[in-house]
Amino acid sequence: MVRQELKKLVIYSFFLAIIITPMVGFKNADFDAVRVLQTLAVLIGILVLNLIVKLVRSKRPQRAPGYKAWTERARERIELIPKLYTLGGLILITAVFPVFADNYMIDVAITCLIYITLGLGLNIVVGLCGLLDLGYIAFYAVGAYTYSLLNLKLGLSFWAALPIGVVLGMTCGCIIGYPTLKMRGDYLAIVTLGFGEIIRLVLNNWDSLTAGPNGLFGMQRAALYYPTIQEGGLNWAIYNIKSLPSLYYFIYVIVILTIIGVRRLDNSRIGRAWVAIREDETAAELSGVPTTWIKLLAYALGAGFASVAGAFFAAKLSYTNPNFFLFMESCIVLCIVVLGGVGSIPGIVVAGIVLIAAPEIFRGLESYRMLAFGAIMTIMMILKPEGLIPAKRLKRELVETQANE
Amino acid sequence: MDTSSFILQQIVNAIFLGSIYALIALGYTMVYGIIELINFAHGELFTAGAFIGVIVLTGLQSFGFVESHFVISMFIVFGLAMAYVAVLGVAVEHVAYKPLRDSSRLAALLSALGMSIFLSNGMMLSQGVSDRAYPPVFGVEGINIGGAIITNGQIFIVLLAVAMMIALQLFVHRTRLGKAMRATAQNRTMARMLGIDIDQTIRITFMIGPALGAAAGVMVGLHYGAVRFDMGFIFMIKAFAAAILGGIGSIPGAMIGGLIIGGIEVFWAAFLPSAWKDVTTFTVLILVLYLKPSGLLGESESEVRV
Repeated sequence: MVRQELKKLVIYSFFLAIIITPMVGFKNADFDAVRVLQTLAVLIGILVLNLIVKLVRSKRPQRAPGYKAWTERARERIELIPKLYTLGGLILITAVFPVFADNYMIDVAITCLIYITLGLGLNIVVGLCGLLDLGYIAFYAVGAYTYSLLNLKLGLSFWAALPIGVVLGMTCGCIIGYPTLKMRGDYLAIVTLGFGEIIRLVLNNWDSLTAGPNGLFGMQRAALYYPTIQEGGLNWAIYNIKSLPSLYYFIYVIVILTIIGVRRLDNSRIGRAWVAIREDETAAELSGVPTTWIKLLAYALGAGFASVAGAFFAAKLSYTNPNFFLFMESCIVLCIVVLGGVGSIPGIVVAGIVLIAAPEIFRGLESYRMLAFGAIMTIMMILKPEGLIPAKRLKRELVETQANE
Repeated sequence: MDTSSFILQQIVNAIFLGSIYALIALGYTMVYGIIELINFAHGELFTAGAFIGVIVLTGLQSFGFVESHFVISMFIVFGLAMAYVAVLGVAVEHVAYKPLRDSSRLAALLSALGMSIFLSNGMMLSQGVSDRAYPPVFGVEGINIGGAIITNGQIFIVLLAVAMMIALQLFVHRTRLGKAMRATAQNRTMARMLGIDIDQTIRITFMIGPALGAAAGVMVGLHYGAVRFDMGFIFMIKAFAAAILGGIGSIPGAMIGGLIIGGIEVFWAAFLPSAWKDVTTFTVLILVLYLKPSGLLGESESEVRV
């Protein structure tokens, strides 16, 4: 066993050296041996670590059949506490967060919450319905640009523009969804990728409307209206959501509403239909699920949530630009869904916080962020395809299929 | 320049671009044919080939070897780039595809996508964010046919691309390994029963397909004079459009598809606003997938599905 693993390690290291040496060594015309050795040392170090973990694990005595890992036990412990306490505690902590945090931390938290909204929306399409959407960020762009244009050209307020943006986003979702209904998983992925790029290119090239790569700026912030009694009777006062804490509370409310919405959908007839389509489309159709409509609905609803996030984003920055909506952004959102666990709401919330906040903590490693995201995606799929916090329903299914095999 | 020679020039350009797309599309088609999955990392493998090309070429040029032995040095450049990417392709297969061969399609796609992001950013970190310049080896001189100018570089690249496609066609249809590949593509279980080493066959497919992509990468670098870590993305979508248009899984289809996509792009850029040329390609891709997902020469969808 040890011999075999060591042999594997040597072979892998050899191939790594072949792959790494030219790519890393020749950034310029001269060979940079130090850089190669550093990179190799890190990568082989990871392999060795992996091997050690494997060996330690294999040396451990066999588990009793009913044994549960510590994550499982922790989960059961948490579930023993009444939901009111855990959820209430979480809501309380996150609600008072801006009081204790500085502006920078609040800003990071807002970004986290935006990505959580996006992740929850994409979760409907990828997690529940099983359709791989690689152009998801386009709906975010639709939301952002709809608000920006309606506000700049027509002077509509945020609250008036929001429903229009959502409807437009959902329509775009249907337009993208419609031709892909009969397609298989991988074609679908490429088509959504193409659609996402089309929307970005249109925003980039349609100079007269979208100001091209310069972007739009000068949008009004979202505002709250409340009655006040001034001289002359009752009046409406305006509070602009401009300061970071107020923006935080705004997106916080959006996230909570999204969570409630997605949860309700997940447990509804529609949610079960989505899962049925994900598991076996033919069987779902034969059982009377109107697959066409249900799939379109998944696209439309996913797009709707992204539009809300997009409108918020545009109102927050008071600026948009097509380069905010690159393919990489779609990948980040997808990575959140994958890491958290497809179909799992708490998983996506945790993954959103981890993936967006962690790079801020490790500032020096900022440029390695996407590298890590790619690695996380592959590794998760191989080792733990159900995600960090598996959705309860998915988990039950996995256990059952394993039992059947 | 009068209209007829302008159009002729565009045709020349279209054939040139088309043969590059065709080479990349072949990589997709081969991998798809055998494991029925898109190789998302193909665009990155293509870029890696271009980078190795520039590294080797710069090295050779610093000895003055390119000037003295042009053909041999081209052999070395293409050979090393293709060999490197073949190794990388096998590594990608081993890491991202092999463990997921029996799991759901979504899992395999996501894992391949992760690999693609990983490779693209790995190249960004190792080779930098900005363009890396290819040393110019071909001059501007060429032959003049009816007013259209074909540069020596274009001739060389198109001939090489065609030679590679012919070699591939011969390999797939005339050799034992090619036969094994076709058998695996048709029915993996049956092929295994008949004693074909499936792992080996898939590995070889993941060597040849990416190696062709790498050759295309070197060609792109030679022609446009620069490589960038993210150039694989746009080529990936276009080559994929070519593979779909020709009928995925079909080798001659990929060639035809490449030429058509190249033609559409070149002529659009010549006569219509060129900023929209990528939008056109994507639209063509979506239309083909919607109207005729089996492509021009592909098997019909129902047949593939069984």
